[in-house]
Amino acid sequence: MIALLDYGSGNLRSVHKALLKAGADVRIARNPAEMKDCRAVVLPGVGAFDDCMHAMEKQELLGGVRDFIKTGRPFLGICVGYQALFERSEEFNSSAGGLGIFAGKVVRFDGSPALKVPQIGWNQLEIQRPDCPLFEGIPGGSHVYFVHSFFPRPENPGIVSTTTDYGGSFASSVWHENVFGTQFHPEKSQKVGLRLLANFVALTRK
Amino acid sequence: MERGSIPPVIAKRVIPCLDVHGGQVTRGVQFGKAEAGELRNVGDPVALALRYNEQGADEMVFFDITATAHGRSTMVDVIERAADQCFMPLTVGGGIKSVEDMYTMLRAGADKISINSSALANPDLIRAGAEKYGSQCIVVSIDAKRVGPDRWEVFSHGGRKSTGRDAAAWAVEAVALGAGEIVLNSIDADGTKAGFDLVITRRISESVGVPVVASGGAGSLAHMAEVLLEGRADAVLAASIFHFGQHTVGDVKQFLASKNIPVRL
Repeated sequence: MIALLDYGSGNLRSVHKALLKAGADVRIARNPAEMKDCRAVVLPGVGAFDDCMHAMEKQELLGGVRDFIKTGRPFLGICVGYQALFERSEEFNSSAGGLGIFAGKVVRFDGSPALKVPQIGWNQLEIQRPDCPLFEGIPGGSHVYFVHSFFPRPENPGIVSTTTDYGGSFASSVWHENVFGTQFHPEKSQKVGLRLLANFVALTRK
Repeated sequence: MERGSIPPVIAKRVIPCLDVHGGQVTRGVQFGKAEAGELRNVGDPVALALRYNEQGADEMVFFDITATAHGRSTMVDVIERAADQCFMPLTVGGGIKSVEDMYTMLRAGADKISINSSALANPDLIRAGAEKYGSQCIVVSIDAKRVGPDRWEVFSHGGRKSTGRDAAAWAVEAVALGAGEIVLNSIDADGTKAGFDLVITRRISESVGVPVVASGGAGSLAHMAEVLLEGRADAVLAASIFHFGQHTVGDVKQFLASKNIPVRL
């Protein structure tokens, strides 16, 4: 059973359906008790960083997620759910703290004026950690769907599992031990995304 | 593809648009005619969405042209069913008047919300939506019509009423309020299959720092390439060219790739 955290995030249904398609048993979890006995947790997220952090805080999910991650079971954060793994964000004078699982902050694209922000669309993965189990069977150069203005800048480059180029290279996903995060939306990335989710589901069967 | 063989680059998007009326996809012959009842029935929206999903569409836009309470509940059902089967980005537009309406569509499975007349009537809706769901979620759709040798104005209510606003100025204002994408629909070109309006597309694309989707006028593969290259659009949106089987999404992408335009194949 995989717990999918529901704190009001807009993309909940899409992630739910994609996990089911990838072969998972899914429980929608709204509090720490509902995720405690699950074999993995997925944290979706779209929208504003502070909104997400406040909503999670209200449902006591911040402590719940930190405790779950400590157990060593697989955890996947998607989009703002990925950004939430870091310490803080520069979004709109954000004041909310992140989960602080990884050192680093969430920053905005600030390339050339010609760079369109948000990044909306299909961009390519450059695989930095071919040993990352999430990317098994997914070749470098694969397109995945992004829709974001902000992205995390990890202090430890060793956790970066893929990079993507958009006015410069950024960490499009990270991996450290049992914790995974993707800036792109696997639930919206057709076959490549479903394969990634199936790889995540496979981790819960080990 | 061999890793690192070409530098990674964001792909130009090809987006089929589905006009939904009473739960069915329809297509008017020209702008505004759909609302007047001149519709051709094209089929079930979810069946079409699945077909375009298979063809490699990068995104899909569902547009509620009924804009009644009953139409909206039908639309929620359409989005839910499409999102359950197509694991790709979906945009919903038509009749969205509040952040609550936006939330209903997002929870149904939409990724982006497109607003047009409601943004003109209440520009603060753009800001409110962007603050709540992020700019990347809020698309402002602009119906522009050439009214002079070098002037395009924004029209509302399905292209029937001029607002007197300059199209590029409205695009800039919408982005300043928080719009994360602009869909530019040329009223003159819509449904004519004579090609996109390259001048206004380029003008807007160069005036705003967000992606611009060109819409209205796609009649051939060359038109699509033209508006991406000359018009500087980030994506092309089309309906008839796909609905009536003239071209598949795959045909368009193969053609664009042959012109060295980056696409996701």
